Amino acid sequence: MIKISNLSKAFDGTKVLDNIDIEIKKGEIVAIIGPSGTGKSTLLRCLNFLETPDTGDFTVGELKINVQTIKAAQITQLRKQFAFVFQNYALFANLNARDNIAEALQTVYKQDKQGAHSKAMQILKDIGLENKALSFPSQLSGGQQQRIGIGRAMAYPSQAILFDEPTSALDPQWVDEVLGLIKKLANQQQTMLIVTHEMEFARDVADRIIFMSEGRIVEQGSPEQLFTNPKDPRTQQFLARATKNQTR
Amino acid sequence: MSGFDFNYMFSLFPILFKYLGTTLEMAFIGLFFALGLALVLSIFRVFKIWGFNQFAVVFISFFRGTPLLVQLFLLYYGLPQVFPVLIGIDAFTASIIGLSLHFSAYMAESIRAAIDAVSKNQWEASFAVGMTRMQALRRIVLPQAFRIALPSLMNYFIDMIKSTSLAFTLGVTEIMAKAQMEAASSFRFFEAFLAVALIYWAMVAVFTHVQTYMEKRLAKAY
Repeated sequence: MIKISNLSKAFDGTKVLDNIDIEIKKGEIVAIIGPSGTGKSTLLRCLNFLETPDTGDFTVGELKINVQTIKAAQITQLRKQFAFVFQNYALFANLNARDNIAEALQTVYKQDKQGAHSKAMQILKDIGLENKALSFPSQLSGGQQQRIGIGRAMAYPSQAILFDEPTSALDPQWVDEVLGLIKKLANQQQTMLIVTHEMEFARDVADRIIFMSEGRIVEQGSPEQLFTNPKDPRTQQFLARATKNQTR
Repeated sequence: MSGFDFNYMFSLFPILFKYLGTTLEMAFIGLFFALGLALVLSIFRVFKIWGFNQFAVVFISFFRGTPLLVQLFLLYYGLPQVFPVLIGIDAFTASIIGLSLHFSAYMAESIRAAIDAVSKNQWEASFAVGMTRMQALRRIVLPQAFRIALPSLMNYFIDMIKSTSLAFTLGVTEIMAKAQMEAASSFRFFEAFLAVALIYWAMVAVFTHVQTYMEKRLAKAY
């Protein structure tokens, strides 16, 4: 279980996250939606300490931390609780697809090379990229890179996978294959927190939708509830615009 | 004593070649230590380790800001007067130390710049999978930085090969010193120094070739 309370973050005096509270149950799939620049990505990045939050208490599995008193070793511990899928994939440019997945198993989880490679090959098979094992990121399409990014996140045990707009940087033709893979993971009871602009997808895959605006959680609920009967005018306005755009 | 004596010049090559080993030894041992030290200095800089970062800044500033010849003299003639333990140091060792310190300063800056040039998302992705800063540096960032830094590191190495000629001023008999000795006894300065110039040029040409080859290989890797 993941419990975040009082998470705040300001950049140069501008509040980007304002007292965020979130609880995620094991196996739950939560999608975060909202206008650009409302702190959705910052929220994910703060969970993983890619940005340092200003305030907040985290309970992630067994780990309890306060962001103001956290020590370097605990940050590494915390990061191991979460797996992260980046918008721009951020695959290790100097490693091939297999090693991108195997790297953390070897370096962080101290598995031997053989074990890490065979686990990586298993994952490549699961994500349908077995034949790209020895390709470098620069030799792969955006969709393939992001699938490997997801594969990398699947490689080690985590409390949750955090997806930071996983399809936003993709050319339209690659979006479906990536969403398809995330859906497949969703069916395996993988706990996930997904920041996305894909409304159809969010509605389809998430157990709960969180709508954020200007650094706050405005409204949350089941997809049915939120999409068919949003209560807050900001949610209504956002959904009206977003769903119109989606019918391109 | 007028005119150009080809035969004399050619007769010098075998004599000078005997000392090529000393030159190359200084260059390669110097390269080894310079690279090692440069790596440490650049890590101090990149991680801004308090105290060490400031030390690296001053170190780099001093060794880039003063002539190699002055550094060699300081090290070999100056320091032993203040620190008697250093009296026993021989000219060959002193030259290698001087070359290493001098070129480490330059190399540290190009490694640091190369590390900075690696995309920030490579650090983030490393942290996200649970790596520490050192693991991220070693496994992901440095291998990429090395490729970026290679051309300038090779330039410094080439400079270093040529700079070994300054060891002659400390009394190391390498190819430059030998050329000087030959010239002094035959009074054929032009032939002797042209011969040694050609040897340096040929050496540098070879390493330039190696550099091109390495860059191609690294570019192919990913």
